[in-house]
Amino acid sequence: MISQNNRNSGTPLDLDWVMGAHVNKSAVERRTATLTGRRTVKKDWQAAWLLRALTCIDLTTLAGDDTPGRVKRLCAKARNPIRADMLAKLGLDGEKITVGAVCVYPNRVADAVLALQGSNIPVASVATGFPAGQTPLPQRIQEIEQAVEAGAREIDVVISRNHVLTGDWNSLYDELKQFRAACGDSAHMKTILATGDLGSLKQVYQASLVAMMAGSDFIKTSTGKETVNATLEFSLVMTRAIRDYLDRFGYKVGFKPAGGISSAKQAMAWQSLMKEELGDEWLMNNLFRIGASSLLTDIERQLYHYITGHYAAKHHMPMG
Amino acid sequence: MSKILKIFNTMEYGPAPEAPDAVNAWLDDHNRKFGLFINNEWVTPKGAKFYSSINPANGELLAETTQAGQKEVDAAVAAARDAFKIWSKTPGVVRARYLYAIARNLQKHSRLLAVLESMDNGKPIRESRDIDVPLLARHFYYYAGWAQLMETELCDYQPVGVVGQIIPWNFPLLMLAWKIAPAIAMGNTVVLKPASYTRLTALLFAEIVAEAGLPAGVVNVITGSSSAGSMIVAHPDVDKIAFTGSTDVGRTLRQQTAGSGKKLSLELGGKSPFVVFDDADLDGAVEGVVDAIWFNQGQVCCAGSRLIVQENIAGKFIQKLKSRMEHMRVGDPLDKCIDMGAIVDQSQWDTIDGWVKTGIAEGGECFQPNIQLPEKGLFYKPTLITGLDPAASTVQEEIFGPVLVSLTFRTPGEAIELANNTRYGLAASVWSDNINLALDVASKIKAGSVWVNCTNQFDGAAGFGGYRESGYGREGGREGLYEYLRPKWMDRPRPEFSVDAKWGAHTPTLPTQPTPFDKTQGKSVRANGHLRSIPPIDRTPKMYIGGKQVRPDGAYTTTVLNAKGKIVGQVGDGNRKDIRDAVEAAHKARTSGWAMRHGYNRSQILYFIAENLDARNAEFVKRIVEITGRTQKSAQAEVDASVERLFTYAAWSDKYGGTVQETTLRGITVAVNEPMGLIGIACPDEMPLLGFISLMSPAIARGNTVVMIPSQKYPLSAMDFYQVLDTSDVPGGVVNIVTGDRDHLVKTLVQHEDVDSVWYFGSAEGSYHVEKESAANMKRTWADYGLLRDWISREQGEGHEFLQEATQIKNIWVPTGE
Repeated sequence: MISQNNRNSGTPLDLDWVMGAHVNKSAVERRTATLTGRRTVKKDWQAAWLLRALTCIDLTTLAGDDTPGRVKRLCAKARNPIRADMLAKLGLDGEKITVGAVCVYPNRVADAVLALQGSNIPVASVATGFPAGQTPLPQRIQEIEQAVEAGAREIDVVISRNHVLTGDWNSLYDELKQFRAACGDSAHMKTILATGDLGSLKQVYQASLVAMMAGSDFIKTSTGKETVNATLEFSLVMTRAIRDYLDRFGYKVGFKPAGGISSAKQAMAWQSLMKEELGDEWLMNNLFRIGASSLLTDIERQLYHYITGHYAAKHHMPMG
Repeated sequence: MSKILKIFNTMEYGPAPEAPDAVNAWLDDHNRKFGLFINNEWVTPKGAKFYSSINPANGELLAETTQAGQKEVDAAVAAARDAFKIWSKTPGVVRARYLYAIARNLQKHSRLLAVLESMDNGKPIRESRDIDVPLLARHFYYYAGWAQLMETELCDYQPVGVVGQIIPWNFPLLMLAWKIAPAIAMGNTVVLKPASYTRLTALLFAEIVAEAGLPAGVVNVITGSSSAGSMIVAHPDVDKIAFTGSTDVGRTLRQQTAGSGKKLSLELGGKSPFVVFDDADLDGAVEGVVDAIWFNQGQVCCAGSRLIVQENIAGKFIQKLKSRMEHMRVGDPLDKCIDMGAIVDQSQWDTIDGWVKTGIAEGGECFQPNIQLPEKGLFYKPTLITGLDPAASTVQEEIFGPVLVSLTFRTPGEAIELANNTRYGLAASVWSDNINLALDVASKIKAGSVWVNCTNQFDGAAGFGGYRESGYGREGGREGLYEYLRPKWMDRPRPEFSVDAKWGAHTPTLPTQPTPFDKTQGKSVRANGHLRSIPPIDRTPKMYIGGKQVRPDGAYTTTVLNAKGKIVGQVGDGNRKDIRDAVEAAHKARTSGWAMRHGYNRSQILYFIAENLDARNAEFVKRIVEITGRTQKSAQAEVDASVERLFTYAAWSDKYGGTVQETTLRGITVAVNEPMGLIGIACPDEMPLLGFISLMSPAIARGNTVVMIPSQKYPLSAMDFYQVLDTSDVPGGVVNIVTGDRDHLVKTLVQHEDVDSVWYFGSAEGSYHVEKESAANMKRTWADYGLLRDWISREQGEGHEFLQEATQIKNIWVPTGE
């Protein structure tokens, strides 16, 4: 879990900075298009990196048909994401390898907390009218409070996209400040920008800044429910905002891409992005999470291939 | 601790090598010894000298190749000549099939080509795999298309013949594609010599071409040192030379081919500016810098090697850049996790290191990131030198390595001035989120490629080539075809002449002896009751400079005889200073906006000239008859054609702006036909008025200003013409006319380093001197080698050839997307 030391407490809203932003889309695209050609890891390094990626997963279920049973099964997988025999072969027997968190709807927080008891794996809850954020503000705040009350230690809030689209940065800032207050000291706030709903990469950068100024512990790309979710382009712009914010205020804000990252190869692309744009600290799960549901299985299969030299069957990997 | 656990904790990168097995198998298959590729066969001359090809990343021997001598060069040229007979007559649609087959084959062998390229040259596999080799295939596909369309779209042209192509070591495959694809598409045959550091991929390419079934002799590849290159250049049966490499060698080639009638295209050095405004996406621009100067270890002719950044953001930008540099990885070219590979050769490494030391000695502050280099091999850290002034040699000279120098500017005007403060003009990169600003700056930087908010963009569909001492000719796009074409009516010039070392020296004019005036020409007046003959009023024209009639600087006059040797008048005898003054005046007219006027305005002025000339039609006819002794009918035809020609270029004034290129860039790539700038023009004797107008009109129609040297033999028509210019709203200085000894005046013009191009219509020997002397500042030239053309004919006397000579193409790349 994130240390409380030097947690981003937010800053006053610096509108000059927000308004003076410049993001050039084609330049962003060129960087992301060449990144995976410039950086790759193979063999031992790949295995280690994938294990690291695994520890950054926010193992997620956010569906209408989630039940206590479904959440329990997911939590069991969260505790033991890799088969013990495989871990041993990797030379990691005895190491406690778990995912970063389990992410559920507010109504399922209690189930998850129960299932994860003693594991030290935090429960993350989406809140604030997830995924659209189109419910009245008091209810959205109440939702945070209830989730915290139920034991969630991370709250993934969604922003009001209308504030970004209309350039109402003051309202966005004020709203997020209230969310942050509701999270209090016991839960960290991960702010979902829903980048796929925003108008431009410049707005993604601007919203990232405002979210950090309002005290976000993480900024996160997507709910997974937009038509376009996590892309390397959105992520690059957000990581650059994190870097600029760090340079100016000295606070390290985490980053979470979510939605559509389902292959080990994709996960490694994001890891390269983190390492290149932000540095090694952002490869660890106190500053980097990947919101995903099926990624874990693909990582397992790649590790299996590394160990045995055989391509793995999905049905040989225990279900989450 | 297990290895995995250790990496799990440190999260380091590890080695990610591309396997060299297939390349080694190919080299072994050739016993690591290569002959020359002539007539689709490997030829190993008896007693051939071999020399080693080394992998610069580890010093290991890759293979040995043959050193070609005169005999082998002769054999390759003969093979190409022989193949030309059939290949040039092969229908375009058939040649298209061959190019298509080559492109397909290249794709099939793409990884082999990429790995060999990286092993041979030291460039990262990422670049050879993702950039060089895909562009290689792209060029052949693109020019397969032009072969297909040649008979319909280029029906006025024919192939040039046997082309000698000499390519550099920094992009061995890509440069080969840029040279060979358009050449063979247009029906030429080729003798190619790869650079002496990098020969192997050209040899693999040759095999792939043969595999595609290309007829023997169409493409020949010979390896050797620069002396083999010289043999190709000097070979009398080579019709064109295409060269990419250093400006110094380009200069030598210009001198070596001078007067030979060989076509020449040169793609030379650069010191390209990378301009960052305060409203740019700074992180994007930082990545741009990485792609600009650390692409291919900075061994790129168009590398953005001069960072010019707005003063108010310079500190922030340099800080961001330095942090970015700490993330650069330099290592084994075959490693898929690096940014920079090896420098091609020890001598290059030494040169780069020497420049860095010079930069420090010149007061620069040198920054290199704290990163690891491999222990062995020719590696160099990415380097930034700040705090230098434009006067520093490291700011002026091409370093050709991973070394960036930086300057700051205050205003857009100053940015443009700094960007243009160079002898080169190959490329530029401009970063601003303000489209008005970015495009304005792009239009004002003198360079053949300008990349807005991007850098080092290449595609088969857009031309690449330089302004100024970065060379001439374009490679890529439709414009790249003309280097390999000749108008159908024109034969390959094979001028014969002897060289007089005193060429261009001033011959003093004999003072004209006072002759009694011809009483029949004079008028009579009655004075004091007597009828007296009086002399006609003297009409000796002056020079026409800056819109004014000025006396010749030397205050000498030369006598003009007609075709029968009778004195018909006098003109000023111009000297070096008249040329100097005319060039000054032409520059003033250029910078005060002749080129900036819209085409409509220039066309109006050309129509006005035509109108005023036609109004004095009879007078001009009379003068031509008088001085040339030609018939009235012939003189009338010349004057009528002159009026017609002015109309032609009035028409072209607003119809030759450029093209939108269909490149792979999302956005817009525009080829702009920019004026050459200042053109010095020596006019032919055969049509004293029409020759003058046929050359002046395209030049000024396209926004150039000119210094005209009229026919030395018959200058009077041109001098009568300046009165027409005076009455036609032509701004002063756009057209300047200096009379006198043609070759003496031309010599001064061609040696003048602020003249952009010289057109010479005179003798074969004069053509030689003009081309040779042009090497001083690598100005463009257009010489007739003493061959006459039919100026009356529209095919020979006007059109695209003239427009192409009057313009230089700038490709501006503008990506889009918000």
